[in-house]
Amino acid sequence: MEFLFYMGDVFTPINFGLLLLGTIGGLILGATPGLSPTMAVALLIPFTFQLEAAQGLILLGAAYTSTVAGGAVSAILLKIPGAPANIATTLDGHTMAQKGEGAKALQLSFLASAVGGVFGVLLLIFLTPVLAQWALAFGPSHLFWLAILGVTVIGSLDSASVVKGLLSGCIGLWLATIGFDDIMGAQRFIFHPALGGGINIIAALIGLFAIPQVITMFAKGRAGDGAEVIKVQKHPIGGAIKEILRNKRAMGIGTATGSIIGLIPGVGGQIAGLVAYDQSKKFSPDRDKFGTGHPEGVIAAESANNAMVGPSLVPLLTLSIPGSPTAAVLLGGLLIHGIFPGTDLFDNHPDVAWTFINSMLIGQVLMCIFGLYVAGLAAKVAQVPQSVMAAIVLGLAVFGSYSVQSSMGDVYVMASLGVMMYFLERFGFSAAPLVLGLILGPIAEANFIQGSMIANATDGMAPYFLGGGLNILLIAVVIASILYSGYMELRTRRYTSKEEIVA
Amino acid sequence: MSTPSLPRVQHIIGSGIVAAVGVWVAYVSYTQQPAEAFLFPRLISSVFVVLALWTFAKACLGWTKVGNGISVTQFTNLIPGLIIALIYIFWAAKGLGFYTATTIAFFILLSLYDPAPHGALKSWGKRILITAVFMAVMYALFAKLLNVYTPREVLF
Repeated sequence: MEFLFYMGDVFTPINFGLLLLGTIGGLILGATPGLSPTMAVALLIPFTFQLEAAQGLILLGAAYTSTVAGGAVSAILLKIPGAPANIATTLDGHTMAQKGEGAKALQLSFLASAVGGVFGVLLLIFLTPVLAQWALAFGPSHLFWLAILGVTVIGSLDSASVVKGLLSGCIGLWLATIGFDDIMGAQRFIFHPALGGGINIIAALIGLFAIPQVITMFAKGRAGDGAEVIKVQKHPIGGAIKEILRNKRAMGIGTATGSIIGLIPGVGGQIAGLVAYDQSKKFSPDRDKFGTGHPEGVIAAESANNAMVGPSLVPLLTLSIPGSPTAAVLLGGLLIHGIFPGTDLFDNHPDVAWTFINSMLIGQVLMCIFGLYVAGLAAKVAQVPQSVMAAIVLGLAVFGSYSVQSSMGDVYVMASLGVMMYFLERFGFSAAPLVLGLILGPIAEANFIQGSMIANATDGMAPYFLGGGLNILLIAVVIASILYSGYMELRTRRYTSKEEIVA
Repeated sequence: MSTPSLPRVQHIIGSGIVAAVGVWVAYVSYTQQPAEAFLFPRLISSVFVVLALWTFAKACLGWTKVGNGISVTQFTNLIPGLIIALIYIFWAAKGLGFYTATTIAFFILLSLYDPAPHGALKSWGKRILITAVFMAVMYALFAKLLNVYTPREVLF
């Protein structure tokens, strides 16, 4: 119950103000099609430089939580999911809005998000310290394999092509080696002076997530989105609460599914929402009503995608392995404040860790309260033309990456990586494993070198890195995730794409 | 087996560039000294080059199933914006000053891609207003709140 000791820190004027700002801003950003939670958090990182670590994380955490929930607004009122996590919400949410039940759909969506989100954060609160202690048993070889696991799991599970996903991870791992070698001081792959200090993580994150989206908006040309916001009639909140209580099964399935999926590194909210929707439909006596504007569909999908948020941070805070691309960006936010996740975080910075986690808990409640009021404004923001969004995101990306170290080199790196990523995405590569490779590369290399030294002084490389129960278990998980994804890829196209839903 | 939606040549070029980078990374990793500094890059580049060549071979054989490529329409749409963005980032931001360059680039991009008709005077007024508001917010955030000192050449 250590978290209760730090609960008061969330309510200091600055911390609570940042929590409110992150929550309301996140709801609006989340409703904006094209601004994914990952990109929103990446663009916010430069604004946290001058804040204390806990304050910066409160802002980023609140934005993460509420962008996922805010995405439901455009999913329901425009049939455009604000984020991939809201794809399943469009199926019944938009149909409800078309039937004149837009307000009810929004209320159900925010209430379900809050219930799922609170449960997810409670899981984070109770699982993290236990796993963090367990992580103490990890040596360099285990940490090396864990870093590789983080890259391969996201590379294989998060990509449409296993080979291209893994290749993206390799590109990220290679990019992480650019610059001066830590031990020998040797120059590695410095083919431009801007790369002398290596690739700055924050600039890279901004470039890899923001610039491809800007170019995608350019590629759509001058055509408008053609999406019209459906007018929302008033609906009593009491009615929505009763509806939630009537649909405990959908809520339970959504929350449980989201929590479990969140714990698995690499499997994001998009999958959580779709799996919860599918399972809820299977177990519902009204399964025929799904897709026709059935409240159970909205409740299952939204409770799942927010229940996923808390557990997705468990592997990050305990083992330094981000469970999702957004968690990877949050890791970048931690590292710029000199804080390393794992036991160090809970032993040396418990105030930062618990204030951040507690703020996510309070943030879920704020998100529910403000979501209901901000929905109308968010829906208007969601109609902002792509041309305006592209120009705004480009400007923020340039200023944000420059402000990291007041270096034009970072801006060049940001732009180069962003343009490269756009074209790579068009050929089936994915940004998530590349980012994971870039972030986990230094962790993998440091432990590989440290492990090599131990191995050379003891049994040799193969017994050290390939022997022992934990090493074998981690290697088996790496191989299993690749084989499973390969099998699924061969069997069928696994997941419904955003384009298919919108169409 | 689904029909590839993209001309094979695009995939060959794309995966060919990735494969070339992979081969270069592997070559540098195995030839540069001191060898100890390249221990980890050697490990990565070995996997990198195998996967990259595999992807390239699949593209050459027409077996690529993932990735929609870029259509001619998309390409012609994105090129003007991309050129302006690149000029803004790689030259104007430093050459003209951050805020001046951003104002110009923002306004041009807005005008280029805005679905509102170019002939209407009202839409031009709207674009000028949006640009002014955006720049005021950026200045307040970065220059005043975050105290970021940006290159200043022309005006500000």
